[in-house]
Amino acid sequence: MARPEEHRQTERSLTMSRAMVEAIAHEMREDDAVFYMGEDVADYGGIFDSTEGLLDEFGRDRIMDVPISETAYIGAAVGAAQGGMRPIAELMFVDFFGVGMDQIYNQMAKNTYMSGGALSVPMVLTAAVGGTYNDAAQHSQTLYGTFAHLPGMKVVVPSTAYDAKGLLHTAIRDDDPVVYLFHKRLMGIGWLPAPDGPKTGVPEEAYTIPFGRADIKREGADATVVTLGLHVHRALAAADSLADDGIDAEVIDLRTLAPLDIETIRDSVAKTGRLVVVDEDYRSYGLTGEIIAGVAEGDLAALDAVERVALPDVPIPYARPMENEVIPDTDDITAAIRRVRSDE
Amino acid sequence: MLGVTELQDMYETMVMARHYEERLQEEYLEGKQPAFDISAGPIPGELHLAAGHEASGVGVCHHLRAEDSVTAPHRPHHIAIAKGVDLKAMTAEIFGRETGLSGGKGGHMHLFDPDVNFACSGIIAEGCPPAVGAGLDAKKRNADDVAVAFLGEGAIDQGAFLESLNLASVQNLPVVFVIEDNDWAISMPKERVTDVTNGAQRAAGFDLPGTRVDADDVIAISDAATDAIGRARDGNGPSLLEVQVHRRMGHFMGDAEGYRPDADKDAATRRDAIERLETKLRANDIDDETFDELRSRARDRVEEAIEWAKEQPEPEPSAAYEDVFSSPPSEEPERAPSVADTGGED
Ligand SMILES: Cc1ncc(C[n+]2csc(CCOP(=O)(O)OP(=O)(O)O)c2C)c(N)n1
Ligand SMILES: [Mg+2]
Repeated sequence: MARPEEHRQTERSLTMSRAMVEAIAHEMREDDAVFYMGEDVADYGGIFDSTEGLLDEFGRDRIMDVPISETAYIGAAVGAAQGGMRPIAELMFVDFFGVGMDQIYNQMAKNTYMSGGALSVPMVLTAAVGGTYNDAAQHSQTLYGTFAHLPGMKVVVPSTAYDAKGLLHTAIRDDDPVVYLFHKRLMGIGWLPAPDGPKTGVPEEAYTIPFGRADIKREGADATVVTLGLHVHRALAAADSLADDGIDAEVIDLRTLAPLDIETIRDSVAKTGRLVVVDEDYRSYGLTGEIIAGVAEGDLAALDAVERVALPDVPIPYARPMENEVIPDTDDITAAIRRVRSDE
Repeated sequence: MLGVTELQDMYETMVMARHYEERLQEEYLEGKQPAFDISAGPIPGELHLAAGHEASGVGVCHHLRAEDSVTAPHRPHHIAIAKGVDLKAMTAEIFGRETGLSGGKGGHMHLFDPDVNFACSGIIAEGCPPAVGAGLDAKKRNADDVAVAFLGEGAIDQGAFLESLNLASVQNLPVVFVIEDNDWAISMPKERVTDVTNGAQRAAGFDLPGTRVDADDVIAISDAATDAIGRARDGNGPSLLEVQVHRRMGHFMGDAEGYRPDADKDAATRRDAIERLETKLRANDIDDETFDELRSRARDRVEEAIEWAKEQPEPEPSAAYEDVFSSPPSEEPERAPSVADTGGED
């Protein structure tokens, strides 16, 4: 469901990182239980500007630099959350999740259920995701599907500053663990230029965006493109380029993976009959297959043609020609839209 | 005790490692000015240069043979150079070329040269367990090979490191852990993240010898490494070494170091292990002419490697699909007898 248009109206535009920082600062002012832990989040302000300026206002007790000990500090966030705090723990790159994964999927994600609902774990785990700048196999993944696959975590992936702020307010106020994955390329960092799309109007006051509501970023009748994160902007560029050829693609930004708004996608496919799912995560056993299955379960007959555009099942290579080959770009999306329209 | 010839060799390698980083810095910044775009220029991605770490790589690796294994962290060049990694192939890898060590798949944080048993990991402390495994391999083969894991002082709070100390200890494996203490983990000074800032003290908890070398001095580091490596080679088990080095540049290229006091950076620049060794050599009557020769040989090798690397072709995009497995599934021979062979009976 698209949010009411009036929410987008505002004079002021912000980068995604500024929008996130604003949400964190607001929640920290309102609630003493909110605090932030991570590597280089204090003086540095986050390698990807996720906490820039917060140390000055909140001090080291609430903007906490922690040792390079992901197991310990992510697990400490779990324990503090169970005790009544509302921690935000930042994993500098999502690729490092392996180091602290037990705390994430066996503790954070399961304690509510295993306690029969006696406990809750109101924490946010943030992490930077994504490639496109040649950082190679250990620093370029998105791993969207990995977190969304494992039950017990709500998974959020903003693509614009407006969504980033609203979704982060919701995440911090949520009583369950939320994994909030922000794409490095969208943050508006000085040394990593962002495309035009993510910098949007952002209201100064706090607002929440409910989880489980996909956003139709572009309406169209000829094909449905479902995607998230950086690839929302690549899909919009693809859709724009096809408009000249009379192909009118609808672009749906998932915004949250768990819960997943399958209804919005089904409604769109009911209209277009053609589905392209675009993901910056690995192809197999992931988001692309999940979305297509969800649509098929709803109405198999509604699907005239399907394409998935995702990372092939290889680690992400360093050198430019190879990285460009594996990470889907606008041309890959354009070609996929043309393919699902090829029998027209 | 190191002879003067050995010291000259070490000096040459240190100069080479320093010059390498200074030249890579220049190459890296090309195309990234005036606006710094990390993905632009001849070397894209993150680049962690090790200027100021030379004494560690050289002081330790001087005592290693090709058969000995080394794992290095995200800041690996000085260690790779000292271990004898093929300089041209390594440089081509950093430039993302087809003839690089990994054909452009790894990049500067992921250098692998099996010929000299050198490997890297960009994930903090995660090179430690494979080094323990290399020690285990040597022990099982009854070889007197040694494994050395290099890590930063920021990595000593990581489970992978502490678990590795314990496993190496209880199995009495020929492993040396070398902590390169440059005082900083990106923006975090060590006092902020641990109360036991002398990393060598962590050895006591595992009943291992632990030594800290306070001076950024290749001779002192080499002496300590002689003991630790000798001990491992003689079957007397692992040990832990912490050596003081300095970070002369930002954490990565593009790091403005706003968090770092000027005085700290100045001090790091002043305490130069290369100058220290030069003083020592001069006291041993090494003359200007010899210095010139050592320096120009070191620089020439660097220039030659960079020039060569830049002439190399880029990899084909399709190469991205190769090397996921050493025996790709489609090429695997069928192992189970087929129904045709057995007639369908067990
Ligand atoms: C598990 C993990 N966490 C965080 C990082 C991000 N990171 C890269 S280098 C670094 C600092 C490392 O400091 P140190 O070990 O002292 O090495 P130095 O950079 O000073 O040589 C951090 C936090 C990482 N690569 N892996
Ligand atoms: Mg350090």
